[in-house]
Order: sequence, then C-alpha cells, then structure tokens
Amino acid sequence: MRKCSLESMNTVLAEIAKTAALYLPVDEKEGRAAYKKWSEGTGWSKQLNTVRSPKDFFFPQVENLMEFKTEGKNIEIIDTRSESEDFVVFGVRACDVKSFEILDRVFLSEPVDSYYASRRAHGVVVAAACTRPSETCFCRTFGIDAADPYGDVAVWRTEDEVFWQEKTEKGAELMKKLESLTEECGVEAVEALKEKTAKIMDKLPLAGLSADAFGGDKTEKFFNAPQWKSLSEACLGCGTCTFVCPTCQCYDIKDFNTGKGVVRFRCWDSCMYSEFTKMSAGQPRLTQLERFRQRFMHKLVYYPANNDGMFSCVGCGRCLSRCPISMNIVKVMKTIGDKADE
Amino acid sequence: MQMNEYKPLIVAFCCNWCSYAGADLAGNNRLSYPADVKIIRVPCSCRVNPMFILRAFQRGADGVIICGCHPGDCHYTSGNYYTRRRMALLFSMLDYLGIERERTRVEWVSAAEGAKFAATMNDFAEKVAALGENKRLEDLRCKK
Amino acid sequence: MQKVMRDVLVEKAVSLLSDGTVDRVLGWKRGEFSYDITPAVFESADKIRDDFVWNEFCGANFSKYLVAQTKKTEGKLLVFLKPCDTYSFNQLLTEHRFDREKVYAVGIPCEGMADIAKLKAIAGDGISSVESDGGKLCVTTVYEDAPVAVDAGEVLLERCVNCKSKKHAAYDELIGEEGEVLESGRFDEVEKLEKMTADERFAFWQNELSRCIRCNACRDVCPACTCEKCVFNNPASGAENKAAANSFEEKMFHIIRAFHVAGRCTDCGECSRVCPQRIPLHLLNRKFIKDIDSFYGEYQAGAEVGSRAPLVSYTKEDIEPSEVFDGRE
Repeated sequence: MRKCSLESMNTVLAEIAKTAALYLPVDEKEGRAAYKKWSEGTGWSKQLNTVRSPKDFFFPQVENLMEFKTEGKNIEIIDTRSESEDFVVFGVRACDVKSFEILDRVFLSEPVDSYYASRRAHGVVVAAACTRPSETCFCRTFGIDAADPYGDVAVWRTEDEVFWQEKTEKGAELMKKLESLTEECGVEAVEALKEKTAKIMDKLPLAGLSADAFGGDKTEKFFNAPQWKSLSEACLGCGTCTFVCPTCQCYDIKDFNTGKGVVRFRCWDSCMYSEFTKMSAGQPRLTQLERFRQRFMHKLVYYPANNDGMFSCVGCGRCLSRCPISMNIVKVMKTIGDKADE
Repeated sequence: MQMNEYKPLIVAFCCNWCSYAGADLAGNNRLSYPADVKIIRVPCSCRVNPMFILRAFQRGADGVIICGCHPGDCHYTSGNYYTRRRMALLFSMLDYLGIERERTRVEWVSAAEGAKFAATMNDFAEKVAALGENKRLEDLRCKK
Repeated sequence: MQKVMRDVLVEKAVSLLSDGTVDRVLGWKRGEFSYDITPAVFESADKIRDDFVWNEFCGANFSKYLVAQTKKTEGKLLVFLKPCDTYSFNQLLTEHRFDREKVYAVGIPCEGMADIAKLKAIAGDGISSVESDGGKLCVTTVYEDAPVAVDAGEVLLERCVNCKSKKHAAYDELIGEEGEVLESGRFDEVEKLEKMTADERFAFWQNELSRCIRCNACRDVCPACTCEKCVFNNPASGAENKAAANSFEEKMFHIIRAFHVAGRCTDCGECSRVCPQRIPLHLLNRKFIKDIDSFYGEYQAGAEVGSRAPLVSYTKEDIEPSEVFDGRE
C-alpha cells in the first residue's frame, strides 16, 4: 500500500494525465457529479456517485460503427474506428467496478464485441472506496464491499490523505509511474476506514435486503406473479432507470442518412420503450407490464440463468434516486420476492 | 470571381398558390436571385412543420425562409394565419436558444410579385452570407 | 406542512370507496424511505389505510394517469388533485382525452412540495427519515445523531417556488379552503435569459441540453404529451431516435417537444421535476407561454374547459414573425 497527501493530488493526477487521457468525477450543479476529462486544476468530486454511470467509457450511449458511401451501383464500406487511445477512469465506486464484470460477460463472450474489447484493453480503472454511502445503496445485497473495491488500482480518501493499492498488472504499471509521488505505508489507516464504513453500511435502511429468492431457475415462479400489475401500474415507460443503470446493456443499431452517405451507429436502448425489439410483426411486449417485467426479470432471473447465478444489478441506487415515480428494483424485490405465489 | 467565396445554402419553402408562382414569374422576367436558394414547394405555407425547418438546418442549410400568400389571400382561407402564429413563436424560441435570428424569415409573396420574390431572396441570402456558416444548428455527420 | 392531513384524505377515500361512489382510488403510495412515493391505484380500504400517504413529497400530477385509467373499467375512479394538477385535468378534458363521467375529483390544498435534491444538499445524504413538523422538515440521517430541521420553504420544488395558483380549476368536491390565483415570478428567469446576448444564451442552453440522456422522462410524464404515437417513437417520422447522436438532436428533441405542447402546456412543472439531469425544461415552456401572453393576450391553458388554444386560433391583426424582435436587443 502507498499513500500521498490530498494536497498533492493535483500533481499525481497530472502525472497520470501525461501518458493517458484521465477522466474523473467532477462536481456539476446542485450536488450532482459527472465524469469529465481532467485538466490542470480539475477537482475530484466528493459526491458519492455520478448521475451517469462510468459504463459510458466502454459502452458509450452512441457510437458510430461504420459508414457507407454509395456511387452508382457500388457501395463502399468505411471502417470509421480509430484505435482507442489509452485512458484512465479514476474514482469509480465499487458497485460500478463490479458492473464492468457484468458487461464483460455480455460483450466479451463469443462473438466478442471488438469495439467494447478494444476500449476495455485500453482502459485502466482506478476504484475509489466509499466512506459515506447513501440510503439508496444496497451493494452488499450483491456481495460487493463498498469499502474495498476491485479495479486495477483501489484508492481510499481520508480527510487529508489518499491511499493507493494496486490490484492488477495494469494497476501495477500505473503505480510504477507514481512511485516518486507516493510513499510506502501501512494498512492501518485503511483498515480503520473499512471498519467505519462497514458500521455505516449496517445502519443503512436497505442493509438487510436479500436477493436469495431470485436466481436463474426462478422464471416460472416469478413470470406470472400477480404483483407485476400493481408494480408496473404507474410506470411511465421512460428510459431513466435504464440509462442511469451501470449494467443495462441493450442497444439498437440504426442507419442515419446524411444526405451524402449512411452512418451506421449503435445506441443504447431500453426495454421500457414501446419500440424495443420491434420487429415486422410488431412489438413482442405489448403493454408496459410486460416491458417492466422484462427489465427486472432480466436482472434477477434471466441474466443469472446464463451467467452462473450472477445477478446483473450492483445496488448502486441510481434508479432509486432518479425514477420519476420512485419505482425501482428494491420495491420489486421486496414486493415479489417471497410472495409471488400469493 | 473568387472560387472559394462562401455561398450560403438557403432553403425556401414556397406555397404552391402564391410564392411558387411568384418565383416562376421572377424566372420569366429574367430577374436573378442566388442559385443556392433551393425551393421546396408546399401546398400551403402552413404545411411547414417546425421539424422541416430544423431538419433543413440539420442537412446543411444556412438559412430557411418560408413564403406564403399575403394574409387574407390564402387559397385555403386561413392557412397562412396559422403559419404566422407558429413561426412567430418558433423563431422567437430559436432566438431564445441563441440561434441567430437572421437565419429564419417569413415573407408574404403573391403570384404577381416576381420582383419582390427576387429581391427578398437576394436580401435574405446577403444577410445569411454575412452570418457565415450555420454552426449552432448543425449536424456534423451531414457536413462530411 | 400540508394544511389538510393525511388522515382526512384517507377517510374521504375510504368512505367514497365503501359507499360505492368510486371503485378505485388514485393516490400516493408509501415507499422505502420517506420521500420515494409512487402513484398507485388502491382498490381496498385496508390498502388505503396501510399505504396511502400525503406529505411534502407527493409531487406527482395524476391527471395524465386518467387517460389510461378511465379506459380500464366502467366504474368511477377517485383522484386527488392539487391546484396545479387541476389545470392539466381541464386541459386534458378540453382535448377529450378522458371520460369526465368516470372520474370523481377531490381537490386538496397544497402548501408546496419539497425537492429531495435541495433537501439533501442541506441535510446531507444517508437519510433514514423525514418528518414534517410545522413549517419544518426534520431529517434524520445515519451520519448525525440529532435530526436536522430544514425550513420547508427553503427546499421547495422550482414549480412551487413560483406557484401560479392555489385555486383549483376543477373538482367535484373540495377538501379544505380554496386558495387564490397568485402573482408569481415565473417569467423572471425567462426574462433574464432574454436579456443575455445570443452567444450567452447559446452557451447556456448548450451546457444544459448537453446533459440530456434522452430518457424521455420529461415527455412521458407530461400531461400535454398524450399522443398515442409520439413523433420521436415513430420510425416512419424520420425523426425517431432512441439516443441523441449529437448536440443537434438534443436541441431538436427539446425544441419540438416544447413546440408540440405550446399553448397547451399548463406549466405544471413535471418535466423539470423528473429530469434526472436537472435540465430546467420549464424555461422552454415558459418562454412559449410568455410569448403567447405578450403576442396574443393572456392565456392560461387549463384555466377552463373548452378554451381555444392560441395555436389553433388566429386574428387578422396578429403580429408578424418579422416584428417579433422589435424593441428587443
């Protein structure tokens, strides 16, 4: 473990930014934070989390895949990809770090998504431990320790110091660059911090939430549960939950006619939308009940069924704080968990 | 003449009954107006949905002008009265968002006003040229 | 603190349900925390007694739900309406969007709703409870032993800071006292923007709209947006988009959306309340309302049923688009 003073962070970040594009959470208006590219003097936000998750770095909301130019009867296909440059995402919370693992299982399994894979290969994740979790946090439910995140490097921030620990080879490489700016230290301060955070986690309102009732073999148990009707009744069918979610990975591929050619791009999609997976025969999920059910069944049942029981929710709490009608995965789990047969 | 001189691309939505005929008359009378004015004929000026205007800008227009019959002369009795309200509000909104107000215009041109049509287009093209390229409502994908 | 207490509303709902006046009740349902309240349809007195809430976090405007709910059964639905909700209610009736006969509307006075983001900015994160006490909201967090008392007036939602009316525009029955239409400063921000230079305005909106994630929450919550098929969802429209590809599309969506509701928007403020990125969308709608007022005479959408919206009406003397900027910088 190594440490540096909080005061020297600007110098440390500058050193990282010398060799790679550096992104970190920056304060925006009214207590909200967003990932921004670092430049001299950019401050590291103290906010617990960003409104948008860092999945943007590996799976951006919109990305051009290729272009077509037509001349007469010829179609020229242009690969618009430029090799991704190296970048560092700094200050990622434990829940969001875990979300990358969930996305990896989707995009890096055969057939590998080369756009995503290239970004993963070029990106270094510096995780930041939580010290002030919110009432909306429930990462523990999914076995995540907010105070001890994974990532390539983990950092802990105290009042005046920042502690660093490398977790992977990529992380070790980064730490090598910071050797002269950080010093070797013991683990006592970090252990104390972990303990303190754990005590707070115990007190959070969602501390006891369990996902045990769910899993890959529960399709039949939950699919026709009568509670879906009341749960989905007020759903507006907007995409807020999906677009702030770090693990939602559905996308659509569309062509845009520029007047001079065609750009084929991919963009996020939401199962809450009435046009989601629409085919020539129509939309397979006719009402909001079915669309609503899809989102939660995917996270709690279908994904685990295909991924060794791993849930595709990390308990970051973004949907809890952003949903216009305050309906969310926690309410679904509590309402339906052990009462689906009633 | 300079080869690289900047020429604005202008989209003119013209009502079939008055302004389009006015454009015709301008042509018959050999009155000149910039060749970069692209006329789109519409059945009535009130056929112009605000989306048409934005999409013209998206596809590379530097200015958009809507021409219709003089108020009171609409072929469909009242279409241009609605145009007048809609465009007053839309242009005010575009200005509110910081889009240059000289890039949009509504002009009433009758079938007999060939000279007015040509003069309007010349004047509009000049004003838009002075503003330069449309940057604030551009879609970079369409500029390549 | 709301003037009418929860128990009064609960008793009203239960009595109307048990005497058969209505068969369902549209109300606010308790959440996990004190502030995460969900609109819900209650069908039994027990459920109402257990889960119905009425407090500073009942911001949701129920009017739009009536469009879908009144199609579901032949029975009557009880709906609670705050003064600002009643304008949307009337506007939807004007547009024949739901069957008035199937609704029993109870007007309730409102002292303003709280903005949880503003509250958290003062009281901190990790909220375990929020209690209403007089004009204060007492917030207990997991970090502090003693609750923090915050003035309810300090943390009002933007739309409540500039409340336009405490008077109900429609109801079958009113609980509590009727209020007045208020003089609000709701156009002050618009004026401030109008006074800026075009460059400043452009920079302002570029910054705000660039945060848009195109979740469509503003549209989906909007009581004026009740099209069966939105132009932005319709692949045949040429404007369908699931995500804004660039700053042009961000602007197009918001300009067109504001235009589509111009003259019909009652300024209920739901769009800004639900925006996850806190984009001040009400400033777009208020610009149209302000312009309509000054060009065509004062008009409040939803003030009465059946009024003719400014954009489907005209006079021969209307202002010319070229005169719009006369007298403006």
